[in-house]
Amino acid sequence: MDFLVCISKAPDTTTRIAFTEGDTRFNEEGVQFIVNPYDEWYALVRALELVEAGGGKVVIAAVGGADCDPILRKALAIGAHEAVRIDAAPEDAMQVAAEIAAYAKGQSFDAILCGKETIDHNGSAVPAMIAEHLDVPCIALCTSLEYEGGKAIMTRETANGIEKVGVNGPFVLSAAKGMAEQRIPNMRGIMAARTKPLNVVPASGAAAGTRIERFALPPEKAGVKLVDADNPAELVRLLREEAKVI
Amino acid sequence: MKCIAFIQTKGGQATKAGLEAAGFAAAIGETVAIVSGELNGDGGLGAVGVGRVLQGPADLDDGQLGRLVAAAADQEGAQAVVCAQDHLGKAVAGRVAVRLNAGLIAGVTAAPNGDSYTRNVFSGKATAQVKGATDRLVITTTPNAIGMPEATGGTAAVEAFNADLGDRKVQVLEAAAPSTGGRAPLPEAELVVSAGRGLKGPENWGIIEDLADAVGATTACSRPVSDIGWRPHHEHVGQTGIAIRPNLYIAIGISGAIQHLAGVNGSKVIVVINKDPEAPFFKAADYGIVGDAFEVVPKLTEAFKAL
Repeated sequence: MDFLVCISKAPDTTTRIAFTEGDTRFNEEGVQFIVNPYDEWYALVRALELVEAGGGKVVIAAVGGADCDPILRKALAIGAHEAVRIDAAPEDAMQVAAEIAAYAKGQSFDAILCGKETIDHNGSAVPAMIAEHLDVPCIALCTSLEYEGGKAIMTRETANGIEKVGVNGPFVLSAAKGMAEQRIPNMRGIMAARTKPLNVVPASGAAAGTRIERFALPPEKAGVKLVDADNPAELVRLLREEAKVI
Repeated sequence: MKCIAFIQTKGGQATKAGLEAAGFAAAIGETVAIVSGELNGDGGLGAVGVGRVLQGPADLDDGQLGRLVAAAADQEGAQAVVCAQDHLGKAVAGRVAVRLNAGLIAGVTAAPNGDSYTRNVFSGKATAQVKGATDRLVITTTPNAIGMPEATGGTAAVEAFNADLGDRKVQVLEAAAPSTGGRAPLPEAELVVSAGRGLKGPENWGIIEDLADAVGATTACSRPVSDIGWRPHHEHVGQTGIAIRPNLYIAIGISGAIQHLAGVNGSKVIVVINKDPEAPFFKAADYGIVGDAFEVVPKLTEAFKAL
């Protein structure tokens, strides 16, 4: 099986968010960037497990400039076989999905794996968009992926609970927690990553469909109102009469 | 601006997230709803401002739903397609956007401000004002964020609708089994009771379940607790789990790391119960009790039962 895993550069989960240029740009100063956790921990690791068990290769792809190379090397160190960087500044889901799809169209991947969302833009939009460009199914919010006789079997989260589905032929999935466990790259992996191919390919010039006008930080909380531990009934009264949430 | 609202139904009625999306669409402009499958009357959609309901076939997969919704938008000359950012919306909205060559503004959390839309970014650590850059737009609404529309008392005419939907490509092998014990799924839950490492072990979760039962809440947990297997992964709320925005979030024995806060700070009211008065979570809380969970929680459960 040959897998394409889409990865995105995201600020580390402990980042304190700040903006610059009149709140129109994310302030990257001093920010540590990581592979978007859903892409790395779940999509990439599951693809590696399947290839280790059954053969094939894992190609990782990102849309971005040279500032993406360190996270591509990190994913190679975890075990991906080759990396592709589509050379364009990422603007929105529509543009990124069109670029990934334009690259994937010329290849023959058995499946394209994405994380269920990025932790910076949180749109959960790219996987379904790639699938529509390629006219293949998209299984959103998957928690497992297995193959049985060439058929992909997945479990996914739905409004009604957990559902088991099957797909013949290529597909796109978005990976949620439960699909795999995080892997820490070892020294051998880090050394090997230096010589693995990282191919930079030109972008197709896809356009964005949206633009961000301004960012804002949420208002600060007014401060906690403490209730005595011996009197939880007072908390219930406040929730009912003051906060009016029950 | 004419809108198509793609609405998920359950037992023939629009879901709560669906009604929120329909009300959002009706506030933008004249709205026609599209549903797939069973419908009881107008599914409750006329009452939130929908003029007509197009009823498409049942049992479609995500690719077919994308075609159905895009065809409805084309037929009606809609400039905007609106749906809930729920499990189904995440699978379908992107497909509709590609078919219509429309920008997608995902997970809007407030009523529109002219042609500008508010959504959460950086996992709830910030918000962004976003505008479309295309003639048509697809907008998805975050469940339990924009509020239920006021009922107008209207009813909507229902018309059968179909289009070239292609073949079904995803086979359902086993129907969905409830994972939340009949409670609302976490992304849509209005009341959530959550616990962390302060509970000391999975055998102690009985007091959390009892409190959740008394409140009528869905249960959740922090990341460490799901990582060490005390609780299932689908209960993990936070930056790398599920983002929630209930009306009430009760956090017990959770210190409040920045990654956890990112996933829950959309909650309208946060209650923190922790024996450590220095726990960072108190800074993000509306109400707090400094005390031992094993003593406080059973008393709190009794107080809720006494309502």
